[in-house]
Amino acid sequence: MTQLYYEDVNVGDEVSPLSKNATSQQLVKYAGASGDYYQIHYDDGFARNNGLPGIIIHGALKNAFLGQLVTDWMGPHGQLKKLSVSYRAMDIPNEDLVCSGTVTDKRVEDGVGIVECEIALHNGAGKATTPGKAIVSLPMWGS
Amino acid sequence: MPDESVISDEMRAHLDVESDPITYDVEKGAVIKFAQAIGDSNPLFQDEAAARSGPYGVIVAPPTFLRSLIAGEAKSEFPRPFPNNLDGGSEYEFFEPIRVGDRITVTKAIVELTERQGRLGTMLFTTAETRYVNQLGQLAATQRTTGISYATPVEEE
Repeated sequence: MTQLYYEDVNVGDEVSPLSKNATSQQLVKYAGASGDYYQIHYDDGFARNNGLPGIIIHGALKNAFLGQLVTDWMGPHGQLKKLSVSYRAMDIPNEDLVCSGTVTDKRVEDGVGIVECEIALHNGAGKATTPGKAIVSLPMWGS
Repeated sequence: MPDESVISDEMRAHLDVESDPITYDVEKGAVIKFAQAIGDSNPLFQDEAAARSGPYGVIVAPPTFLRSLIAGEAKSEFPRPFPNNLDGGSEYEFFEPIRVGDRITVTKAIVELTERQGRLGTMLFTTAETRYVNQLGQLAATQRTTGISYATPVEEE
């Protein structure tokens, strides 16, 4: 894994995008690993009876994808300070999802390099269904 | 704005009332399984040798692993005013890493109730805060989640 340094980052920079495609199998694995067994995420009939088009991706799994977007980008010595997401629209399995982001601010606080990003998960049609924000601290050159 | 608030005294009585604490061991197998389930191959989250030479010296949990450390039931059930509920979003703050071998105590409380008029009629926004405290008594992280309760069913676009 490459390490990102505070000095490497400029406002307006892109957060290296992350592609995901959640299969129904992944939703079942996530249900088991997270303990969220709500049937709208793996039982098609149950989901339809609840007025949904079919099974949908757990919001918290989309949150996890956006977490990975940031932890992959910042490298092992970066620290994630804050991660927020809004679920604006549902997402369905077997779509090519893209997580991406942009650096919106950087500053040094008490000797620590802080970087803020706007991030979002986009559905197969390119719509940002799950926008959010992340704040990370990054090591500085020579630290 | 409606003349009468949907937020009742009974609902307000739930504010800041913490759930019974539950303590979880952060197990290596559970962390690795979670990382695999979200499709995250970061060695810090599943490769013991890589983690040993990394910044924490031990496998740490991916940030949203905390979601699997589910808080206990509220002391009494919150009286939701409407039949339909949506997960509005989540906001994590991280203060300490979650390391394999940690013992994390989880509590949750409703901290804010607001109502709004919107596309779905009157909507009640319920914000809850979950607190994750490690075995050293340090607040390791918080998660604020917003649930939306509403009367009108969502029309699919």
